[in-house]
Amino acid sequence: MRPGRTFAGAISSLLLLGGTALSGEPKQGGIFRIYHRDSPGSASIHEGATNSINIPFMPVFNNLVIYDQHIAQNSVDNIRPELAESWRWSEDRTTLTFKLRQGVRWHDGKPFTSADVKCTFDTLMGKSQQKFRQNPRKAWYDEVAEVTTNGDDEASFKLKRPQPSLIALLASGYTAIYPCHITPADMRTHPIGTGPFKFVEFKANESIKLARNEDYWKTGLPHLDGIEFTIIPNRSTAILAFVAGKFDMTFPTEVTIPLLNDVKTQAPGAICVVAPTNISTNIIVNSSKPPFDNLDVRRALALALDRKAFISILFEGQADIGGAMEPAPDGLWAMPKEMLEQIPGYGPDVNANRQEAKKLMQKAGYGPDRRLAVKVSTRNIAVYRDPAVILIDQLKSIYIDGELDVVDTAQWFPKVARKDYALGLNLTGNAVDDPDQSFYENYSCGSERNYSNYCNKDIERLFDQQSQEMDVAKRRKLVWEIDRKLQEDVARPIIFYSRQGTCWQPHVKDVTIMVNSSYNGYRYEDVWLDR
Amino acid sequence: MFAYIVRRLALMLVTLFGISIVIFFLLRVLPGNIVDILFDAAGFVDPADKANLERDLGIDQPLVVQYLRWIGGLLHGDLGYSYVSEKPALEEILPRIPITARLAGLALLFSASIGIPLGVISAVYQGSRIDYILRVVSLSGLSLPSFWLGLLILMAGVALFGNIPIFNPNPKTLGEMFSTYCLPSLAVAFRSSALTMRITRSSMLEVLRQDYIRTARAKGASEASVNFHHALQNAILPVITVVGIEAAFLIGGLIVTETVFNVPGVARFLVEAIRWRDYPIVQNLVMFIAVVVVIANFTVDMLYAVFDPRIRYTD
Repeated sequence: MRPGRTFAGAISSLLLLGGTALSGEPKQGGIFRIYHRDSPGSASIHEGATNSINIPFMPVFNNLVIYDQHIAQNSVDNIRPELAESWRWSEDRTTLTFKLRQGVRWHDGKPFTSADVKCTFDTLMGKSQQKFRQNPRKAWYDEVAEVTTNGDDEASFKLKRPQPSLIALLASGYTAIYPCHITPADMRTHPIGTGPFKFVEFKANESIKLARNEDYWKTGLPHLDGIEFTIIPNRSTAILAFVAGKFDMTFPTEVTIPLLNDVKTQAPGAICVVAPTNISTNIIVNSSKPPFDNLDVRRALALALDRKAFISILFEGQADIGGAMEPAPDGLWAMPKEMLEQIPGYGPDVNANRQEAKKLMQKAGYGPDRRLAVKVSTRNIAVYRDPAVILIDQLKSIYIDGELDVVDTAQWFPKVARKDYALGLNLTGNAVDDPDQSFYENYSCGSERNYSNYCNKDIERLFDQQSQEMDVAKRRKLVWEIDRKLQEDVARPIIFYSRQGTCWQPHVKDVTIMVNSSYNGYRYEDVWLDR
Repeated sequence: MFAYIVRRLALMLVTLFGISIVIFFLLRVLPGNIVDILFDAAGFVDPADKANLERDLGIDQPLVVQYLRWIGGLLHGDLGYSYVSEKPALEEILPRIPITARLAGLALLFSASIGIPLGVISAVYQGSRIDYILRVVSLSGLSLPSFWLGLLILMAGVALFGNIPIFNPNPKTLGEMFSTYCLPSLAVAFRSSALTMRITRSSMLEVLRQDYIRTARAKGASEASVNFHHALQNAILPVITVVGIEAAFLIGGLIVTETVFNVPGVARFLVEAIRWRDYPIVQNLVMFIAVVVVIANFTVDMLYAVFDPRIRYTD
């Protein structure tokens, strides 16, 4: 077991003790103060693809179902009812019916009904008159034929084919239920939900304020009077403010490992957790253009990677190596270690891998006298830039001279969507630890987020096969097989999965940091302050 | 003089019109627009959806139409809507101006009240130990990056008082007022006062060598009267120019200080708006800054006449 994991495990165990046995009877009241890393573009969860929106606004809403907020690992077994009291699958597994909770009211006093459920998903599927400005998770519902209602207290999802993972997608923090009677435009500026906290105000670049929902349908909750997010984009200022006690908690999963050491030194009482985020740092390879249309060159690239060096330099050893799915034990679908190490480039002998890579490069016509010059494009943000620099250094060993091409954030995604790059370094976050979300979004032919243009019809069939498989053990084996093929095809070489820290003051109780998603654990209804 | 003022005011309008064209078109030269960025954040690019949004925001129109629409609105007090917050631009910009104005005003006050006397002292005691000390201090003021100084102040606050002097939107006590406005202003004023001090010193040194200063001393005028009445009054013109330029700079140039002290002022908002390509906010804010710069220049010119009776603006 690696030291990083031991540390995280020990802290998590302490946390678990603190959260249950030692925390005692929850106290009511108090404002939970958190700093926010930037000013989110809007308050609408459905229109965002960043936890800059999710974290402050998830407490405003409820889902039909949600991952248990006190179990760090999201899994289907840990899904709990929220606006749905119960759910059942039809015999043929093509209809998922939810029995809805009665007596729930929106923050503006109007009653919640099944029409709101239909409305939300019709808008998400693009079937409603109302449109979101952008709809990043439309593809999650590709297999949903329609959402129907039966009275005010029942809603059914009719599927084109069985898709057991639908329930996992519905449990994500991204799958809030929106009110029918509020327009998407209003939801961007003044969101109305049924959740434990009501929206009070959002001042761009200043703060986001939420207040306790006195009429919350869960009796006795929330414990807090409110939550205040102060927007502090400067990381040094934010951390100093936390150390000075101005905030109860840092922005979740935003404290880097070196900064975490500073916090532990300056605020020894603070409780800090280092957890995986299910965000991979990966290489996007433009396989539609020379030289990376040549599989040998792509394989050489994969063989040149010294993943442990990345992790050691950037994270002091606290990050993980994996394939398309988040590594075990936190990730549910990861290939076993022995299987992973069989894949070219994942073996422990980096020198041997690079010798093999050199041979492949020579076969493709490159060598010491004919080096391959290539631009390594990446976004102009430290978490992108830093690994890109290390990548360029490592590529030198296999006759590739990389030149760093930093791209303004505004231009990054249009550039990769246009395939206007040869080699890029990208970060990919997975909101739900489920193969359907990862495979279809990142590797499916024609998917907008399949930046590397990878398209393999045989693997596509396997995507569908695993997606319909009811037997979890069988599905897992299929997923491993797909993941192995994706890595062997060098579809999008995964370098590492980062771990990030979250710290809070000792008086904050019952916060749980999720270990296989950084998008799902922010309802905060039973967080309380012991002061 | 009246005719001169009228001519200057007319020229100011022409200047502002020119600036409006430059701002508008330079902003469009920047790659990407709000629609690109919104869709980037979602990592999803659907050309039809993008086109719809561009139409909704009016950025699919020819540039001339967009420009005329903006200027027409501006003349009627309609600044348009922020693309990001979807609130009226005026509503977004207005609350931030007093915050930055207070910060800039205090910084200028500190800069002038510290820089000018120290510049005089340094010139009067040229070559003395105090002159060397003041010159070293002023050099450090000019060379220390303000973000570093700002962070040092924050760290000192945490280490010495267990408190961090970042922006407090509702300061209740005098101490809170001080940490909210005075500390960031002092961080800015350190550089600004160093500049003022050096200009005052060099200008004073030149004036102190003039015959009329010797005459004043020969007539028995006190040292204070010689230095502050006879010398400083004649040495002040370059200082006024520098203070005027600083005043204009401080309104839009406090980005580092606003970021480090987390002050929700104009400069930080402007940078954020540029990042989002929020045209209505950027255009109107830059126009506002341009107006401040033009007025500051005009005021400096008028102050010349006040401080130096020899200067008279004629047709």
